[in-house]
Amino acid sequence: MAGTANSLNPESQAAAHAARQTELRKRSSGRLMIFGFLSPTLAILLFMVAYPIFSLIYYSFFNFSALRQATMKPVGFNNYKFLLSDPDLWERFIFTGKFVFICVTLQMLIGIFVGYQMQKNFRGRDVIFTLLMMPMMLSPVVVGFLWRYMLNSEWGVINFLVSSAGFAKVDWLGQTNPALWAAAAADTWMWTPFIVLLATAAFRGIPETIYEAAEVDGASPAYRFFRITLPMSAPVLFIALILRLIDSFKQYDLFVALTGGGPGSSTETVSFSVAKTAFSYFYTGEASALAVILLVIIIGLSMILVRHLTKMGEKY
Amino acid sequence: MAEITLKNLSVRFGAFNAVDDVSLTVKNGEFVVYLGPSGCGKTTTLRCIAGLVKASSGDVLFDGVRVNELSASERNIAMVFQFVSLYPHLSIKENIVFPLKARGVAKAQIARKLDWVTEIFKLGDELARYPSALPPGARQKVALARAVIREPAVLLLDEPLSAIDEQFREEMRWELGHLQRQLGVTTIYVTHDQREAMSLADRIVLMNNSRIVQVSEPDRMFFEPIDVFAGQFIGSPSMNLIDLAPVEGGLKLGDGDVTLTALRDRLPAWALSSKRPLKLGVRPLNVHLTDDADGVAIPVDDVFSVGRERFFSFRIGDTIHQGVDKRRSPSSSGGSVHFDPAGLLFFDAATGRRVDAEVAA
Repeated sequence: MAGTANSLNPESQAAAHAARQTELRKRSSGRLMIFGFLSPTLAILLFMVAYPIFSLIYYSFFNFSALRQATMKPVGFNNYKFLLSDPDLWERFIFTGKFVFICVTLQMLIGIFVGYQMQKNFRGRDVIFTLLMMPMMLSPVVVGFLWRYMLNSEWGVINFLVSSAGFAKVDWLGQTNPALWAAAAADTWMWTPFIVLLATAAFRGIPETIYEAAEVDGASPAYRFFRITLPMSAPVLFIALILRLIDSFKQYDLFVALTGGGPGSSTETVSFSVAKTAFSYFYTGEASALAVILLVIIIGLSMILVRHLTKMGEKY
Repeated sequence: MAEITLKNLSVRFGAFNAVDDVSLTVKNGEFVVYLGPSGCGKTTTLRCIAGLVKASSGDVLFDGVRVNELSASERNIAMVFQFVSLYPHLSIKENIVFPLKARGVAKAQIARKLDWVTEIFKLGDELARYPSALPPGARQKVALARAVIREPAVLLLDEPLSAIDEQFREEMRWELGHLQRQLGVTTIYVTHDQREAMSLADRIVLMNNSRIVQVSEPDRMFFEPIDVFAGQFIGSPSMNLIDLAPVEGGLKLGDGDVTLTALRDRLPAWALSSKRPLKLGVRPLNVHLTDDADGVAIPVDDVFSVGRERFFSFRIGDTIHQGVDKRRSPSSSGGSVHFDPAGLLFFDAATGRRVDAEVAA
């Protein structure tokens, strides 16, 4: 083997590859052209993302109401101090956290399970697949109302089933914990298909010979699933997880339609709180500060996850 | 170790007969190579032995026990695939020990076996790397290490070298042959490369159109092909095939005007007197250029060198044939064609089967 080791050396191959890349980079004449191609996108990003974010940060340091624009008073970090010492806000975060945890856990577990079934070829697969995708295409507000009707304590179909089964009717949306689970169920109903979609694609991307090799190697179906299927689709599943985590953390419109934040304000998410502060009470400065806090948390969360994802990708 | 028996094995995919009534016994420790053109059923046969494809009819027996209903993981086989099938998310080490871990082998034993195969395949430096960092040749070596670490009863190899660089392939071929003899494991190897088959096999199973054409040792396969297909598939460059027609005083070659009178004394009498139309098969190796008069006056088309060998081509009718020029001085390109009488094979023109004195009689 030693004789040919040099010509097949991966390091020398990598070096050749790097040299070719530098050559290519040199040839494309200048950063100006690169910038030229990027500029339209950059311009859109600047106006659509950077400007709102910076004005958000700016307003968060003022005692300011959008209704009375004249009376804008700089207050430094007072908005933040007030918010972070407000026990109500901590309750919102705890509620949001519970909601995110339940939603993401349910969606990933069910999504992976259904996705694994959907990767197999069977009759009617395409029809079932299309049907499965339907909840995802609805607006969250529609989903909220749909579930609200189904969960109605007097005439909703769910309580009808509950009482038919011999149990007492439940006031689903009138109590905090049942309302939390009801919202999580609605979100899961709506967004599990998204996980199914990505998981199926990821599972189907694994070459058949890999499974055949594993079977020959004596791996049981469960061993194959946990040692081959899951790890090999981990990067895709992880992206799905990040997206669902961020999205459910921001959940707002579903709650508007389903619970309206109630009973009381016990099912208000942080986003709900931002919207209420900004557009019901018109405490624009305070709402901005809260939005900034939410933004920082989401960016922080994403960065940790994306870094993990990159590490995952470096291996193969 | 195991003896494998195929009994009237057939595999059908819809209306297509991928494997058609194949029977064969592979002896304990034997190295058998399935050889044939693409789509001849050799890989399907192998996958059927592996348990990855179900037999439509017939039986697969390991040591006399029918295994048709056993899954691949229950058959105690190991397999190396044509295209790399390493687990990309696992390191080389994890890839190699996968079959042991999957079967729940004790850690200490796994470590011992890993040392053993690492030593055989000289993979010590690669263990921590990932498959994508290795060139294709080294990946197949890992796949082979993964296959033998379990010391399977049967080793199945599906064109394991075809995706590897030429130079590395040669080396792997030698190592593979050496390894097989060292381990003594019953091995079935599938390839379309007759050189691989000739150099590795104890016995070659030649397949064509879903059926077995001939089963024999490489030498016999070469010198005593059962029919025109076997004769032409084995050997490179390919065997010349020339129509023969009996004429007054000899055999007429092809549709040209060359009569094989000069060779008459050396031709078997039965061939000369045969009533059935024959074809003459002669390998380029057995066709020479000669300056003597005992050759046949056939115009030589071209002489060309391939490394140390000098080939020449000649024409009978419209068909171009090849021979090897063995004369010392390469400059003399003229001369007449000499057929080595020992290398003449006769085939029935109608059936393509080889005929010899007994058959013709």
